[in-house]
Amino acid sequence: MPVLPIVGSTSLILPFALLAPLVAMLLIVFLPKEESKAIKLVAAMGMFVSLALSIYACFAYDRVLGGMQFTLTIPWIPDLGVNLALGVDGISLPMLLLTNLIGFSSIYASWNMEKRVKEYFILLLILIAGVMGTFIARDLFIFFLFYEIVVIPIYIMVIIWGSTKRVTKEYAGMKLTIYLLIGSAFLLVGMIALYLAAAANGNPTFMFDELAARQELYSPAFQKVAFALMLFGFGSLISMVPFHSWSPDGYAGAPTAVSMIHAGVLKKIGGYGLIRLGVFVLPLGAQYWAPIIAVLAIGNVLYAGLIALAQKDLKYVVGYSSVSHMGYVLIAIAALNPTAMDGAIAMMFAHGVMAALFFAMIGFMYEKTHTRTITELGGLAHQMPRLAIGFMIAGLASLGLPGTVNFISEFTIFMGAINVFPILTILGIAGIIFTAVYILRMIANVLFGPRRPEWDHLTDIRGPELVPLVVLGFVIFLGGIFPNILLGMINSGVTSSGLAKVLEMVSQAKMGGLF
Amino acid sequence: MVDFNIFSVLMPEIIIAAMSMIVLAIGLLAPNGAGKGIMPITAFSLIGTLGYTLYDFFYGAKATFLDGMYMHDQFAVYFKILFLVAALLVVLSSGAYVQRFAEHRFKFYSLLLTATLGMMLMAGAGELMTMYVGLELMTISFYILVAYLANDGRSSEAGLKYLVLGGTSSAILLYGISLIYGLTGSTELGPIASALGANLTPASFLATVFILAGIGFKISLVPFHLWAPDIYEGAPTPVTAFLAVASKAAAFAVLIRVYLMTMNTQSFSVTGQSLLIVLACLTMILGNLIAIPQTNIKRLLAYSSIAQAGYLMVGIIAGSVAGIKGVLFYAMIYVFGNMGAFAVATHVSEQQGSDQIKDFAGLWRRSPLAAVVMTASLLSLAGIPPMAGFVGKFYLFSAVMDQGYTAIAFIGFVMSMASVYYYLSVVKVMFLNEGEGLPDVPVQGAMKFTLIFTMLITLAIGIYPTPLARMAFAAAQSLIQ
Repeated sequence: MPVLPIVGSTSLILPFALLAPLVAMLLIVFLPKEESKAIKLVAAMGMFVSLALSIYACFAYDRVLGGMQFTLTIPWIPDLGVNLALGVDGISLPMLLLTNLIGFSSIYASWNMEKRVKEYFILLLILIAGVMGTFIARDLFIFFLFYEIVVIPIYIMVIIWGSTKRVTKEYAGMKLTIYLLIGSAFLLVGMIALYLAAAANGNPTFMFDELAARQELYSPAFQKVAFALMLFGFGSLISMVPFHSWSPDGYAGAPTAVSMIHAGVLKKIGGYGLIRLGVFVLPLGAQYWAPIIAVLAIGNVLYAGLIALAQKDLKYVVGYSSVSHMGYVLIAIAALNPTAMDGAIAMMFAHGVMAALFFAMIGFMYEKTHTRTITELGGLAHQMPRLAIGFMIAGLASLGLPGTVNFISEFTIFMGAINVFPILTILGIAGIIFTAVYILRMIANVLFGPRRPEWDHLTDIRGPELVPLVVLGFVIFLGGIFPNILLGMINSGVTSSGLAKVLEMVSQAKMGGLF
Repeated sequence: MVDFNIFSVLMPEIIIAAMSMIVLAIGLLAPNGAGKGIMPITAFSLIGTLGYTLYDFFYGAKATFLDGMYMHDQFAVYFKILFLVAALLVVLSSGAYVQRFAEHRFKFYSLLLTATLGMMLMAGAGELMTMYVGLELMTISFYILVAYLANDGRSSEAGLKYLVLGGTSSAILLYGISLIYGLTGSTELGPIASALGANLTPASFLATVFILAGIGFKISLVPFHLWAPDIYEGAPTPVTAFLAVASKAAAFAVLIRVYLMTMNTQSFSVTGQSLLIVLACLTMILGNLIAIPQTNIKRLLAYSSIAQAGYLMVGIIAGSVAGIKGVLFYAMIYVFGNMGAFAVATHVSEQQGSDQIKDFAGLWRRSPLAAVVMTASLLSLAGIPPMAGFVGKFYLFSAVMDQGYTAIAFIGFVMSMASVYYYLSVVKVMFLNEGEGLPDVPVQGAMKFTLIFTMLITLAIGIYPTPLARMAFAAAQSLIQ
């Protein structure tokens, strides 16, 4: 198994991608706050560098070789065994790309921001760098460090630039923060327990691959408990029912860019963590809890789907819909086979792009019409055709139309999960009907219908505002038409990283689990 | 055997003692109004002593002398560094605040130095009477400092309360010490440890509990915490900062040396352990929960510092080298985190004459630096990365989980996440609105330096904790040998 073979100039790609937004942030700190144009440009350039580097990384990644590449390891806190270890494999590379796609688009989605611009972009760039750090960390401690860094900027951004609708923005921000932090307290306990168990024979380590290699040190009982703690932490992050209620409120209260990043990538940290830490390191625990996860996942799909049907606010519809879609990711993880795992990662990518586009379009719509209530809108396609196109692309991707990347990933998930959980998967497939109903109804009510004179003064999105639509829309179709670009990479990640081996071991172990 | 110069070893104590007298003399001799130089003099003498102590930590001779009465190991020197840093930050951030007491300025600094001296004696004491003398030197200085705003009713009240309660706790501590002396015939830690052995008699049990209660008062361990909020609120803000940070750390130094290293040899440890676990959990839970409804920043920080004492107790419960190292590490970053928060509180209270949290409104616009430093300090206290508090808590809780106490680590983590709620409510007030009608309060001079310095250190240790962790480990190791 190739462990950290490559060292060279390519190992600096990831640190540079991580530092670019931080450097841009530092530049902004020293810019005068009146220069809002310059601030936005610097932010966009910082994100462009990250995006370019991560696209380059996608092409330069050697799929035949597989495993962690572009690695960089620096001993950081020797007495705890923490290494500043960066690297990506086929699982984290799509997530890195997703982060930067959305980060880059979110800068442009905030192009019309005029309130306290300087602070806004400083916090936004910290947030993006934090999310990026979680996906490229190969060390659990560093992973957690970056994850916690993002919580506070989000809180401040929600309370200052958020919007008060059904709940106040202060409430939404605090609810989101407390949910995630309490979840992370469970995660921390699980993480320390794992760390101590792995260090039973000395050599403390936090490296994911080292932790996974010390399987014999974790008794089945320990794995069950530790996985449960992590499931609680990551589950509340990925908005698993019943820990999901922060998600729609949080998205509705947050400013556009935060909704995009939160729904797009941040909650994917939950799924990524469950795979990277849960399944990789604690396979027996994963197997034990898999049936529970599957049941809760279908709870996500159906329950959140039903609630989404009843929503009147655009952001709540998309918020509940994103809770609902996370159910597919969870059932795929619970299925514990390579096909479903491919699907789970592809779904996280596809949903991220789609949700970010959706929130960006809703953000523009709200900026122009000053309302997000479905019944107050109508016929917008007459005045704003480009906005309507973006909205429709996101909507159709959301319901999994063939030709979009979302179709590919949902299909893969169902293929992988149907053998393991036949009934639950069929119920899950039925959930698509809900999605179709609320999405199509929303599109019909908001975009179509007779021309309304009160919207005649509105201008369509143009210039920098088009960037999210072009970038994210392009990715949706590219991934849908040439799925092999995405799935090839993911599959190489799943097979070469040892995950396939772990999954095989799990499936050969005595079946049973909880039921 | 004696191959060291006693002056080189005792240099920091001697300088601080001399400076406290010199400052007093200058204040008496210099004409009124010419006392502006006192602050720089104090600050520079502290910087000089700090520099020497840092050198001493790494390269100085280590010794126990005066028949074991006084110890000069890395553990003691580590704490001396901590006290000097805290005193320095208090002095630097108190300049404008102390200007108000034009005639008594020099006494303020003189008392600050004697309190520091008392703490240094506590950290080095190898014998109970020396420890007690240091403790009283510190406490009596604090009685005066707390009541320093003599014309302010709350300050006098706080001083009186502290005097009465502090006197009681000293009496309890002394009673414990006298019982120990009666049982073992010695006040030196080494002979006490061997004489106590593993026997637990009712008398030795009582003595241990009394000593724990006496020290528990100083670290505001629940149920001996009730004094803290009132006194923190009434005292002048720089004094509150020093009280919350340094006197607590000094009590932890004594707790480690006297309780953990000396009295824990008894079979008491099982009962004592359960007692301490309950108290530490209560401290963490009560401190954090009662902090939530506070509207006064000093009361909020008081309850938060009670909660922080609970986290530190977790390291004592672990009782291992890793646990002591965690306590040492956390105590040091706690200095920077808390001093940052208190410096901002001092600044606002001095500029606006108010300690109410609502008067922090719009601080991001009125003084961006103060708002950012306050946020960073509070996040460090809450244990959110990349601030140092996170690593500190990680050391403490991983040490205690390593000893098999998972539940207490769990409570600690959940409570520290809950604490984010009230820390963020301060952040919310500072950042949410514009603070219409409140004055601009830019920070200048030494205060600016203090703020930037504490924030940078908190951030730097959070991102790269290795140097401090090495120091803490060396200090904890020196205790075992």
